[in-house]
Amino acid sequence: MNKAAELLQEKFPEEVVEVAEFRGETTITVKPGRIVDICKALRDANETSFRYLSMIAGMDYLPQSPRFGVVYSLYSHRNHNRVTLKTLLPDEGGPVIDSVVPVWATANWHEREAYDLLGIRFRGHPDLRRILMPEDWVGHPLRKDYPLRGK
Amino acid sequence: MNGAETMKRTETMLLNLGPSHPSTHGVLRVLLELDGELILRADPDIGYLHRGIEKMCENRTYHKCMPLMNRLDYLAGEVNNFGFCLAVEKLLDVEVPKRAQYIRVMLVELTRIASHLFWLGTHGHDLGAMTPLFYAFREREKIMDLCEMVSGARMFPLYCRIGGLAGDLPEGFIPAAWDFVKTFPEKHQDYHNLLTKNRIWIERTKGVGVMTPDEVLDWGWSGPMARGSGVNWDLRRDNPYSSYEDFDFVVPLGRNGDTYDRYLVRMEEMLQANRIVRQVLERLPDLPGDVKVQDPRVSLPPKDAVYNDIAGLINHFKLIQEGITPPKGEVYQCIEAPKGEMGFYVVSDGSPQPFRLKIRGPSFINLSAMDKLSRGRLLADAIALIGTMDIVLADVDR
Repeated sequence: MNKAAELLQEKFPEEVVEVAEFRGETTITVKPGRIVDICKALRDANETSFRYLSMIAGMDYLPQSPRFGVVYSLYSHRNHNRVTLKTLLPDEGGPVIDSVVPVWATANWHEREAYDLLGIRFRGHPDLRRILMPEDWVGHPLRKDYPLRGK
Repeated sequence: MNGAETMKRTETMLLNLGPSHPSTHGVLRVLLELDGELILRADPDIGYLHRGIEKMCENRTYHKCMPLMNRLDYLAGEVNNFGFCLAVEKLLDVEVPKRAQYIRVMLVELTRIASHLFWLGTHGHDLGAMTPLFYAFREREKIMDLCEMVSGARMFPLYCRIGGLAGDLPEGFIPAAWDFVKTFPEKHQDYHNLLTKNRIWIERTKGVGVMTPDEVLDWGWSGPMARGSGVNWDLRRDNPYSSYEDFDFVVPLGRNGDTYDRYLVRMEEMLQANRIVRQVLERLPDLPGDVKVQDPRVSLPPKDAVYNDIAGLINHFKLIQEGITPPKGEVYQCIEAPKGEMGFYVVSDGSPQPFRLKIRGPSFINLSAMDKLSRGRLLADAIALIGTMDIVLADVDR
């Protein structure tokens, strides 16, 4: 089994929901509550050493519930492998998750983009502003219920 | 200011660099907080070129996404297409024929040279060296001509298709490509002569925008930006795709992580790309055969079958009207684009449109470190920094 999945199942058995393999890629679905601890563990453990965050993708799974999710793609320069972390955010109280900026500085703009385009809030983000859309824009264009053109 | 006695630090000034400024390489606005000439804070304001490509792709078939991919990093249009094709092919679990893989590699490496040449010309121009621009564009023009030969378009060839290529190489391409490959190293020396030992160039770039390897990983830098700091990482070598493992090339590394080292890395990368193109050209004659995967789910049938065979006609109709339908699943495919890691996260729900397409543009990530790089530097260094990041705003904003 994948090293990252092993590590998480050992350290955070409560948090891991599912480990999936597809086309040679490992996707680990975790609960959103301890995402920062999970990312720190994956970054710092010797056998995983995911010190590089490739991207964060905000997801809108409408009409599924829970509706929103966040996907992290991590890369290890030591092992030259990759793992995808996936987490689904509970519907109550709007989509919100802890920011991983303390883990990887590069998360800053990725999270701003997910906030801007999908309205996912990142708790503890140092500068959560819109990034691509104008400051006074209403709505989040990448949401599935946002119209393609017009109002 | 009304005299030397009031010249002590009083208040800072906000300066708008851009959105329409010759050195910002597109419509980028950087809000600079200055203390005299010293930069205290830099806040890039992006989004002027946001076209919502990710949203548009969710509403069109995979084939119809392709022209949009060209327009991400428009200086290396074919590279984006190539990456997107690889991602969808991974989703479909098809492997394109070896000949198509080689031709793709050749085109991508030529595009890499073209992109680096553009960077060299504009970066030099920003810092006051006018001549490299003309020299670089001389060779870039030849690559544009090669692109035009394969497809009729210069900037956006759209030659890669899901499942292979639009067609085999046209007559006359191989000699023209050989001509470029043979003459390029000599021309490349011209750029070195102009800049590498140029006193002004060294003064403007040495020690400017230093990143340590640890910072590079933390800030998610990739490609030449990471290698300039000595991070020994190249996706072509470390996670090979499209037969890159067949080719012999060196991954150049910098030592100091400054603008000058990144300049040297990119310069050497052009020669290495040229080497790869040469290897492809040497091996192509031994690789006859198709340039498209023979799979009715993915590739259009030959025209002969469409006109004379009902099954072929149905196949053609279904692919055009419906598009390809990958199975349910999600993949992340990244490639070594000229500017760094270009990634495509494609989620399919089994329908002919991608459920979600997230594009990881290297320019977006590289630019995010602008504030970190420019703090404490002079205003003039900000111009050098924008140049060294080699950003394309269409790739930043998507």
